[in-house]
Amino acid sequence: MQGINTGDTAWILVCCSLVLLMTPGLAFFYGGMVRKKNLLSTLTLSYVFMALIGVQWLLYGYSLAFGHDIGGFIGGLNYLGFNNVGITPSPDYASTIPHQVFASFQMMFAVITPALITGAFVERVRFKSFLLFSLLWATLVYDPLCHWVWGKGGWLAVRGLLDFAGGTVVHISAGFSALAFAMVIGPRRGFPKVPMEPNNIPYTVLGTGLLWVGWFGFNAGSALSANGVAGGALLATNTSAAGAALVWILLSWLDGRPSLLGMVTGMVVGLAAVTPASGFVTPLAALFIGMVAAPISYYAIRFRINRQLDESLDVWACHGLASTWGMIATGLFATTAANPGGANGLFYGNAAQLPIQLLGVVVTMVFAFGVTYILAKVLDMSIGLRVNHMEEEVGLDISGHGERAYS
Amino acid sequence: MLKKIEAIIREDKLNDIKDALSEVGIKGMNISEVRGRGRQGGITLSGRSGTYQVDLLPKLQLNIILSEHNVDKTVEAIVQAGSTGRAGDGLIFIYPVEEVIRIRTGERGHDAVMYPGDIDEKAKKK
Repeated sequence: MQGINTGDTAWILVCCSLVLLMTPGLAFFYGGMVRKKNLLSTLTLSYVFMALIGVQWLLYGYSLAFGHDIGGFIGGLNYLGFNNVGITPSPDYASTIPHQVFASFQMMFAVITPALITGAFVERVRFKSFLLFSLLWATLVYDPLCHWVWGKGGWLAVRGLLDFAGGTVVHISAGFSALAFAMVIGPRRGFPKVPMEPNNIPYTVLGTGLLWVGWFGFNAGSALSANGVAGGALLATNTSAAGAALVWILLSWLDGRPSLLGMVTGMVVGLAAVTPASGFVTPLAALFIGMVAAPISYYAIRFRINRQLDESLDVWACHGLASTWGMIATGLFATTAANPGGANGLFYGNAAQLPIQLLGVVVTMVFAFGVTYILAKVLDMSIGLRVNHMEEEVGLDISGHGERAYS
Repeated sequence: MLKKIEAIIREDKLNDIKDALSEVGIKGMNISEVRGRGRQGGITLSGRSGTYQVDLLPKLQLNIILSEHNVDKTVEAIVQAGSTGRAGDGLIFIYPVEEVIRIRTGERGHDAVMYPGDIDEKAKKK
């Protein structure tokens, strides 16, 4: 065990704050796109995870994800209540920063991931069922998946899966869970005949700004050190977001006018796409990743709408598919020149990486979709996932929370 | 006899119409924001991927209470200033008004809608 490095520790403390800020950013990103009567409800669906997972992670979530490995599938209970998680480095992770700093940084990922899913069921979900689902999802999907990919001894980790900052753990799992949940809960009343106009696009734009800045902490922080890999990850992150946004502007222009809502959607897509690759690829590869991600998500949204599926804020198209591409691209473009601790991809002479990436992608899709579908179905048949018709018409702000955004 | 004019107009014609009304001596009015549809149909807005149709358009509704003998001049001013010749210019509705009471003074009827420099004073000067 090395000693604590103050530079690394300072950097990860900052990144922890940056990633925390992404959840409010996401809340406003989503909040702007729903109807006025559901603005507070939508903000609540994201913000509540800072409370819910802030406690869950401390009590047992961290232990399930990063505790002593049990058969490659789950962490043990040795870190319950942050027991043995102290101010000295962990024996297994991030050897130059305090264990508590590592565990807190990981907490912020556990906070934002289920918040991403909420885009699927805004404007109609019953709050009580949502809370129960979220706690179960964090416990049964996030914590095990996190262990498989990032935990010491996790069965995908030992196979050499490259997922720098959460392509599988965060974005594919959220995206495919969103798809499953949307299929179970069904569309909002009036969809797709009644246009569901965004109540406040400036909120969405503001949220995107917070997300982009926060994403530097998310990706560059995942180096777990203030070093060259962190710098490379930051640059890759910025480049992919920029490239995706440029392509998205072009696509929306060809379909009508250059839309601002489109541009910021492209930015988030670029950020999600590069997340698994960010610490393993060159800036030019990141540019390519972003530029290819944009049309994938753009036409996936179109496909989703044409299928009349109300996965309302396109978590599947924007996060699930963009990061699927990002995971595959990692298997193509990864180079040990960008990160000596990583691996080479297909274009750098290692054909063995791509199958591992595909395995990680498929396992995550099937696991997240399957468990979410079952959880949602069981909750729907027992306590009900949706509010009743009148509550939906009135809006969840008044009917669910007894508040309204504007008086 | 008092009348109420309700004019549904284009948002971008408000200033022109206000100026034209001012010219003939109609200063008092109130305005509400409304949404509606008619022959103009809707508009196309940009979504995240491609565009979508909105079939209710934002319009303004002008509400003016005035004496019957001033209605023609007022309507003419609104039509002249508010017309572009394209669908979507709006409609004017005219209703009878039972009574008007000015809260400050308790005046009723025609007296309640009069003010210095209004359309009737202008007519007298001529």
